[in-house]
Amino acid sequence: MKQKNMISGKIAAYPHIVWTVLFIVLPLLFVAYFAFTTPDGAFTFENIFALGDHKVTFILSVSLSLIATLCCFIVGYPLAFLMARARPKNQKMLITLLMLPMWTNLLIRTYSMMALMDDAGIINGILTALDVGAVRMIGTKTAVVFGMAYDFFPYMVLPIYTAICKIDNSVLEAASDLGGNPIQVMTKVIFPLSSSGIVSGITMVFVPSISTFYISQKLGGGTFDLLGDAIERQFQNVSTYNVGAAMSLVMMVLVLLSLWFMNRFTDGTEGGTAG
Amino acid sequence: MKKLIELKNVSKAFEGETVLEKMNLDIYDQQFITLLGPSGCGKTTTLRLIGGFESPDEGGIFFDGQKINDVPSYKRHINTVFQKYALFPHLNVFENIAFSLRLQKLPNPEIAARVKEMLALVALNGFERKDVNHLSGGQQQRVAIARALISHPKVLLLDEPLGALDLKLRKDMQNELKKIQKQTGITFIYVTHDQEEALSMSDTVVVMADGKIQQIGTPIDIYNEPKNAFVADFIGESNIVDGIMEEDRKVTFSGHTFTCVDAGFAEKEAVDVVVRPEDVDVVSVEKGMLTGVVTSVTFKGVHYEIIVDIGGFKWMIQSTDFVGVDEKIGLYIEPDAIHIMKKSEYSGKFGDYSSFSDELDELSDAEAVEA
Amino acid sequence: MKTISKVYMTLIFLILYIPIIVLILFSFNNTGNTGSFTGFSLYWYKELFASPDTFNALKNTLILALSASVIATILGTAASVGIGKFKSKAIRNGVLSVTNVPMMNPDIVTGISMMLLFVLVGGLLQADEKLGFWTILIAHITFCLPYVILSVRPRVLGLNRSLSEAAMDLGCTPVSAFFKVELPAIMPGIISGFIMAFTLSLDDFVISYFTTGNDFQTLPLLIYSMTKKEVTPDIYALSSLMIGAVLILLILSNIAEAKGRGKAAETPAEMAERKGFI
Repeated sequence: MKQKNMISGKIAAYPHIVWTVLFIVLPLLFVAYFAFTTPDGAFTFENIFALGDHKVTFILSVSLSLIATLCCFIVGYPLAFLMARARPKNQKMLITLLMLPMWTNLLIRTYSMMALMDDAGIINGILTALDVGAVRMIGTKTAVVFGMAYDFFPYMVLPIYTAICKIDNSVLEAASDLGGNPIQVMTKVIFPLSSSGIVSGITMVFVPSISTFYISQKLGGGTFDLLGDAIERQFQNVSTYNVGAAMSLVMMVLVLLSLWFMNRFTDGTEGGTAG
Repeated sequence: MKKLIELKNVSKAFEGETVLEKMNLDIYDQQFITLLGPSGCGKTTTLRLIGGFESPDEGGIFFDGQKINDVPSYKRHINTVFQKYALFPHLNVFENIAFSLRLQKLPNPEIAARVKEMLALVALNGFERKDVNHLSGGQQQRVAIARALISHPKVLLLDEPLGALDLKLRKDMQNELKKIQKQTGITFIYVTHDQEEALSMSDTVVVMADGKIQQIGTPIDIYNEPKNAFVADFIGESNIVDGIMEEDRKVTFSGHTFTCVDAGFAEKEAVDVVVRPEDVDVVSVEKGMLTGVVTSVTFKGVHYEIIVDIGGFKWMIQSTDFVGVDEKIGLYIEPDAIHIMKKSEYSGKFGDYSSFSDELDELSDAEAVEA
Repeated sequence: MKTISKVYMTLIFLILYIPIIVLILFSFNNTGNTGSFTGFSLYWYKELFASPDTFNALKNTLILALSASVIATILGTAASVGIGKFKSKAIRNGVLSVTNVPMMNPDIVTGISMMLLFVLVGGLLQADEKLGFWTILIAHITFCLPYVILSVRPRVLGLNRSLSEAAMDLGCTPVSAFFKVELPAIMPGIISGFIMAFTLSLDDFVISYFTTGNDFQTLPLLIYSMTKKEVTPDIYALSSLMIGAVLILLILSNIAEAKGRGKAAETPAEMAERKGFI
């Protein structure tokens, strides 16, 4: 009877397992296959070597994403902290305020930034009206970094906020009780105890930033390429699928490695309560 | 003994609800003092005021003669053992205990030596590298105590520290805490709702109810000479009946005039009379000062717990002799077993066993633990 | 200190909202001028509704989101229940890790990998149109699955074993015990998983971009194609409408929530966590 139940239970998972093999594992194998073959299907390392030509793109992508992530963190951590310390009634409102933009499509948010920063956009409209003269913002790297930070900012704040909320208040009282002044309580207790939130925040901003292509297209004005743009362009044309696959493969490995590393880093300090 | 902490007319309210009302309390050096009372009586708030986690709305808190109302907790020489330990989950046992010394930036060898000393004190030798999240409740408790003691505070505050432990462990820890307090000579301010714990550990017990101190005294005083019906009922079992003071050392209750040892009341003054269940002797009907009908008998191991109906009022009596239900028995009470109290706002609310059941009692205990 | 923190929070929220507010404001501009507001009009909304593309995209988006989230919810719920029945921890963890790959991977990689599969299989089948509704549907189901499992599985793990045992003891077969006792108990997880899948599908652009064909356009794809051309306020109008729709949905779901549960039952942190941002 029990044995029968076990078998019938397992069956429920089979469709899902077949699905993941077909549509998650298999496609990734195809990426790998394309990355190591020529358009004719012959094995080659040529595509991987060809990535050398995109060295500048790689470096630019990584550095712009890192800067955006850092900005989000520096601005976002204090915000998360203040929100977690606000009165419960206000907290709910603040969280809703923060999440509302997240529920707005990324394209729209990017587009709203563009409306502000465009050559003929609102900021320049105001500047012209004030006789200061128009400033070129679209097409600069600053605009792209700003766009990334703007688009993904809530993803930095929310996990940190949740991590800080989970810290038991008595732990903070204990730290103060044992002689920690407010700054020491911050650095020795709150910061380490929110590290899991910091790590998720960083990855949740960095991963979409490094792989984005519309932010750089819209706000970068097409003047320079980021990794996402480069990949997207390779897939416009069947003949460059292989190089595109190689780039995707490298990006995926990079991202998964950094995720793995980050998770390692926070092992054991998860959560804020003993037990 | 030197006066260490002084609370003068301290009041505190949370969102309009008064938790402490004009409280006055002196705490002396090297004392083991216990704040005892049901949940919501203001005992934890008192502790938090002394610890610096709350500040009083009115009145002053003095430490060594200095007003410390606005001194933040990290500047007070007072440490706390929190109810649920509040260990730092990201630090191991060593670093938890060393926390305050690290903040003082003491040299490593000194820290190591003092942590070792503390671990020996709480009997956790060799636990330095253990993860605090994987310790048992009793071990976490010991770490919390060591962490609070390492910086040699003048006062240690303990907020129901044994509440989460099982009975056996509680008893062990009670003895151990008492031992540690003797050994270190630090003033302990202990909060609990468990009267047995309070009586067995403390030098002084402060019984609190409704944001006010009901009685301060040694455990023996509190038990033998309760000031009002609340204290008499909260500490141990008691039968509390209405009585009339005929004259000094003469009191009438339940239709009989008894000789007692109390004096100083007005003639014919209405009073509360307390008789502890173990102080009532079961005798034959003829020899009894009072007579009543047994309504229930429960075997408790050491004694029987007998409920007797005496003129409609139910008494609890503890006796080693067995009596049968519905049996008519006589009761004999020695003069020094009768304790007279002035009438108070708690008169008539406690001390009747007509609706008593063990189950109910346990239930309210469990609620108190949760709260 | 209090004032500084208030100013800080206000400033950040202002920066967060100004672009959106400006966008909505300019959707009511009476000229095509994107730099200054010249007067109120509904011209761009009329323009937008005059285009058949808009309604087509709206219809497509809803059909896609509904079918993808329903299928993902069914598959994911069954999987959440079934996975626990495997005795080997390695199998359980293996399946769950693979399921989570689309959640961890950059969207662009997920999109491209599926596109490669579809193009190749389509080539083998000698299909004329290799990409279209079916491919984008498969893609959406795939990236919704981990979120469904994420919200259903904790409920399954939290199930009291004696619940189904009691049901069987009272005469249920294992299957009917599941439907009568366990399913109602995990329902809240299923519903929130479904809602999450639905909104993710509505919102997705990157994966859709790589897996759809010319004949199947969703709203995010429509916005993207509109922005490829010159900046005109009709996109502002479309965006404003979408923001409005999201706002109404949020308010409705909050009202439903407040009615459905004891109001104080959830802290904001739990709310943030439940909505899937951890």
